[in-house]
Amino acid sequence: MWAFGRASGFASMLLLSASVLLGILTRSGRPLVQLPRVSVSLLHRNVSLMAVVFLIFHVGALLLDSYAQLHVTDVFVPFLGSYRPFWQGLGTVALDLLAAVVVTGLLRHRIGQRTFKLVHWLSYAMWPVAIAHSVGNGTDGTSAPVVAAVVVVSVAVVAAVAWRLSAGFLETARLRQLHGQWRRP
Amino acid sequence: MSADSRREAAARLHIDWTRCDGRGLCAELLPEALSRDDWGFPLAAPGRLAVDADKSNVPLKHSELGAAADAVKLCPVLALRLARP
Amino acid sequence: MTAAVGQLSPAAVREPWDGGSRLFAAGGRAGYAGHLAAYGPLPGHEPRGTLLAQLQASGLTGRGGAAFPAGPKLAAVAEAGGAARYATRPSGPVLIANGAEGEPLSFKDATLLHNAPHLVIDGLLATAQSVAASAIYIYTAAGNLDVVAAALAERPDAAGVILTESPDAFVAGQASAAVNFLETGRAIPVDLRRRLADSGFKGRPTLVQNVETWAQVALIARYGADWFRAAGVAGDPGTRLVSLSGDVPAQQVLEVPGGAPLTDVLATAGIRHDAVAAVLVGGFHGRWVRPEGVVLSVDEGAAGLGAGLAVRPGAGVLHVLGPGRCGLAATADMVDYLAGQSARQCGPCMFGLPALADVMRRLAGGGSGGSGRGGAGAGAGVAGPPLDPGLVDEVGRLSRLVSGRGACHHPDGTVRLIASALEVFADDIPWHLAGQCNSGHAGHAAVGLAGVRDQPGRVPAEGGRR
Repeated sequence: MWAFGRASGFASMLLLSASVLLGILTRSGRPLVQLPRVSVSLLHRNVSLMAVVFLIFHVGALLLDSYAQLHVTDVFVPFLGSYRPFWQGLGTVALDLLAAVVVTGLLRHRIGQRTFKLVHWLSYAMWPVAIAHSVGNGTDGTSAPVVAAVVVVSVAVVAAVAWRLSAGFLETARLRQLHGQWRRP
Repeated sequence: MSADSRREAAARLHIDWTRCDGRGLCAELLPEALSRDDWGFPLAAPGRLAVDADKSNVPLKHSELGAAADAVKLCPVLALRLARP
Repeated sequence: MTAAVGQLSPAAVREPWDGGSRLFAAGGRAGYAGHLAAYGPLPGHEPRGTLLAQLQASGLTGRGGAAFPAGPKLAAVAEAGGAARYATRPSGPVLIANGAEGEPLSFKDATLLHNAPHLVIDGLLATAQSVAASAIYIYTAAGNLDVVAAALAERPDAAGVILTESPDAFVAGQASAAVNFLETGRAIPVDLRRRLADSGFKGRPTLVQNVETWAQVALIARYGADWFRAAGVAGDPGTRLVSLSGDVPAQQVLEVPGGAPLTDVLATAGIRHDAVAAVLVGGFHGRWVRPEGVVLSVDEGAAGLGAGLAVRPGAGVLHVLGPGRCGLAATADMVDYLAGQSARQCGPCMFGLPALADVMRRLAGGGSGGSGRGGAGAGAGVAGPPLDPGLVDEVGRLSRLVSGRGACHHPDGTVRLIASALEVFADDIPWHLAGQCNSGHAGHAAVGLAGVRDQPGRVPAEGGRR
């Protein structure tokens, strides 16, 4: 259980990072090389839901594991844990944020675009917290493969966020017009 | 042909132009019903509509209903609605 | 004060028909006493449905531009209001008098509100009583607020009417924009899931009518459908106000019967037929016509009107283009203005109208060195570089792209204006493509247009204040 809990946490971290990257790409409105916009959007959704599945494995396994001494309250209320309460608390914070993002994502049509967007912005807060949790709380958080993986996804996400903040990020209507068949006689 | 497809319309895809941002997911999902204009906004395919028809409500065939439901679900700005007759 | 007021006083309102003015029968700047003396009191508590029946029989159509029949519109609201009576929340119908008059060439609504505000209020109150309305609004431009407020204050029965200032924007007068403004303070059109008659202001059944329509309702409530139909023709009964502007001796408001021949209307205003090259009928969302044989009627398929071409009067604008003016240049200026007036919320309108304006400007610019707007001094025969003949096709292609693709009819109206210009001024197009304008002063049309927009008399604020 202990090993499974750690492995699923690691997988969830990778999937969440991929989801953030795909989410930024989705917002840009661009296709991914040959992959149409719809597929990018669906991939973002499905990778996110897979991250959630692995997160449930991660938390569930550690709840059942006697060594981890995780209580149900720790799953929802941060910083009360017995083992490295600060780093574990970050995991709880990330989980709560992710829950809000996923639930509002699934209920987008009910709650409306404005609320959805507002809550979805929390992803940018959730991701660094989750990364910090996996490094600081993981028993092998400082082992070479984990550090390498964290460095890779961090560089990727930071680069994506930099792109997100750059001027040419959005595929605006003006830009589509340039790609399109617009002609000036 | 176009008159037939209008009569057979299983539903109409309503475009809320005040929300539409021209991201183009709907045109990817419904390539036969929708193309995109100069700026990327969805455009009823030629032959779908009579000349003066309401271009904000695009008639769909039965075979397109599944893709249309996906388009409504996946539109990034919630600009689409399915209106069944 | 004198010039602007004189222009808008009923002295300037002439009738090209024998029946005398209906809407201005109480005289200029009619107070409540004068109004009652001329028209008599508003009928009291009539049995419910009487007004609706009379309105249905009258054939009155909306005077704001769309010319939707007023009777069926009221019936829909009354029906929705009846159904809503069993709803959990109080939800009686909401009545809105739309006097926003965003159309730059129109001033008949301002004229009506300044001279006969009590008719508008009567129409609202009579209807409010017959459908048990829960709220009444008058939505109008800043320049009309004082006179309407004064009129409301001087009568005993109008305490419930709420007066609201409309923003000065072309689309602010669109019905859903008016409702949106009263609800949220943003005067831009919305995508309607349901008719306003079923669910408008705060979800209540809502009836938005132009102020002139409400004034006509007041007359029908008093004198009935048969009286109303005594003027006009079967397909377009009653009278309507028109705003006459452009190359005319004096800007004025006329009350004309439905189905009136355009040449008669111009003659009444003292305009010789050789002083007219073309007339813009209906406003910036209307169409250009050569006046001969044209009748102003909402009934475009009218049979029995002789050989006349029935042209919808829209918002009642008649804008005269004198000989020697370039219609393409005037149209390009209007499209420029309309592109700038897009609410910028619907993509095809936001991008398509500027693209159309650009192509029209280049088409109009033929003969003035391609500068188009502002080509002042570009006289007849001034040669510029020849233009790509594909420009005309491009206008058609862009027109098809924008029409019908918006939450309101702003793109459609713009396309209609352009299509009529290409038709009526078709003879000028080859000249323009060759780099010449044979009708001369392209720049002057722009000046004429701006003159109307900035005309102090258009919104007669000076007359309203004491």
